[in-house]
Amino acid sequence: MATTHEFEAKDTVARAAVVSRAAAQDQDQLQGETMVLNMGPSHPSTHGVLRILLELDGEIITKAVPDLGYLHRGDEKIAENMTYTQFIPYTDRLDYLAPLANNVAYSLAVEKLMGIDGALPPRCQYIRVICCELARISAHLLGLGAFAMDVGALTVFLHTFTEREKVYNLAESLTGARFTTSYTRIGGLSRDLPSGWVAACRRFCDEVVVNFDESEKLLTRNKIFLDRTRDVGVISAAMAIDYGLTGPNLRGSGVDYDVRRARPYLVYPELEFDVAVGSVGDSHDRYLVRMEEMRQSVRIIRQCLDRLPGGADNATREPINIPDGKTVLPSKDKVLTSMEELIHQFILVTQGVNAPPGEVYFGAENPKGELGFYIHSKGGGTPNRLKIRGPSFVNLSILPALLPGHMMSDVVAILGSIDFVMGEADR
Amino acid sequence: MAAIEKALLLSKQFGALISDPVEFRGETTLRVLEAERISEVCAYAKETLGFNMLLDMCSLDHLGEDPRWTVVYELYHMAERTHLRLKTDVTSEKGELPTVSSVWRTADWLEREVFDMMGIRFRGHPDLRRILMWDGYPYHPLRKDFPLAGKPTELPEVAFTKPAPLEGGPFVTVAGGKDTLAREPRVRVPES
Repeated sequence: MATTHEFEAKDTVARAAVVSRAAAQDQDQLQGETMVLNMGPSHPSTHGVLRILLELDGEIITKAVPDLGYLHRGDEKIAENMTYTQFIPYTDRLDYLAPLANNVAYSLAVEKLMGIDGALPPRCQYIRVICCELARISAHLLGLGAFAMDVGALTVFLHTFTEREKVYNLAESLTGARFTTSYTRIGGLSRDLPSGWVAACRRFCDEVVVNFDESEKLLTRNKIFLDRTRDVGVISAAMAIDYGLTGPNLRGSGVDYDVRRARPYLVYPELEFDVAVGSVGDSHDRYLVRMEEMRQSVRIIRQCLDRLPGGADNATREPINIPDGKTVLPSKDKVLTSMEELIHQFILVTQGVNAPPGEVYFGAENPKGELGFYIHSKGGGTPNRLKIRGPSFVNLSILPALLPGHMMSDVVAILGSIDFVMGEADR
Repeated sequence: MAAIEKALLLSKQFGALISDPVEFRGETTLRVLEAERISEVCAYAKETLGFNMLLDMCSLDHLGEDPRWTVVYELYHMAERTHLRLKTDVTSEKGELPTVSSVWRTADWLEREVFDMMGIRFRGHPDLRRILMWDGYPYHPLRKDFPLAGKPTELPEVAFTKPAPLEGGPFVTVAGGKDTLAREPRVRVPES
């Protein structure tokens, strides 16, 4: 097999064409007997419980059959049997590397169904954006660390995990939990920012960019990392769209599609940020896109902290929930003293919010791609059907087309660069 | 071009096959009245109208009604940032419709999931196997007549042959009035 990155083609597009042609040629020339190798479900580089059946000719993959469902918990069935608010903790467990972003996406989907997504108070929207971007940094740091570790650079993993710890500390002081945050509510948030949180978040932003620089120094021009990732797992733009890829995997292939721009939600239209896109669509491009996205996330967080209505300690008492007692739980002192609030509290807890009949699809730009919720409601507090579009599920569907023609050792690089999480793939 | 204009173009092409567009929360939904022609409509939507991405596919179970199932397609036009939803009904006698996996390849896994969870078959699908449940699992869990607590299976030595201990637990809440209760009671004892 030709070493794939030593082609004479100068520009990136020509290089991608040469690579794919070479891969097709390699596949045509295979002659020997094939063997089937089982990879996973418990394998260090399948990041959870993905199983892939690989058919090999020597070291070249001729066929790949992913096997999913080892983490299937029936989230969609469960959702049909509880109120909208009760399902929020289950969203923590979809992409469990970015629970805050899942909470926000799910709440926005229900709010869209109820027609109140435009009425969210500004302070709530800014805090939600900060949550989404913190989750993105945290998820990308893990994806990056694990990716680098899979291709042999253990140091990066230790660097990024040190920073992730700080995100978890922020999440803990914000929500009371490190992993299972369940921070949002339908129509608002479970609590306001604690005192000192804004300063801590600013400190984190200053510290994490240093870490980005260090990780980048360790990887971006690292000869071994380049050899393992450049021209490996090339996804063309047309192929990426055809397979429904979203998030960094799609943008790595040069498609400028970011839900925060395409169908903006929250206060994203007011914020300045760049959407990073790749050119060739190989594993290295996907790494570069994620790297840049984290820097943009820091940029977004800083803007939000500067503009946060009410300031760090909410001196002007800006609301964080919509002013509707029939959607958001009233405050406890009112419940104990006022008849109307007591009734609202009782109805909300036992029957849930009163959503109208109808159907909506809401997609949010999550770290792994577009997390979509399709809700079909017949009215009342429970959904008739809740479909979760897990971006990892859709992103993984490209594997049978992407892996053949690659070497066995490239599988870990490709899986690492696709950066999936089985919690939302299997649901 | 707005989604509603695209919807009208689709209606113009296919005439009575397409219902009038329904708008809700800024989204446009079209109903394709014959499930048999869904692949034709989707191919036109992709090739001529430019809906180059299939965001999601979903199935609905209206147990006790006819037709029993609805399959939902979320189409997306990437360049013009337009979203369009197509729906088509499938009867329980037929339980089958043509695949759109030849239109968008992402439909391959999405259709497998619909088949696995709801038991609707897609004719012409290249590899219609279960995807989340294991091969040989006898039920389709997202059907409304499948109890939340699970069902005992005939297969010996397979995990989860007994219902999960959810009965009366705090995990199951039924909201709303009597209708909801009838729709999905708190606990349904299998085969009763």
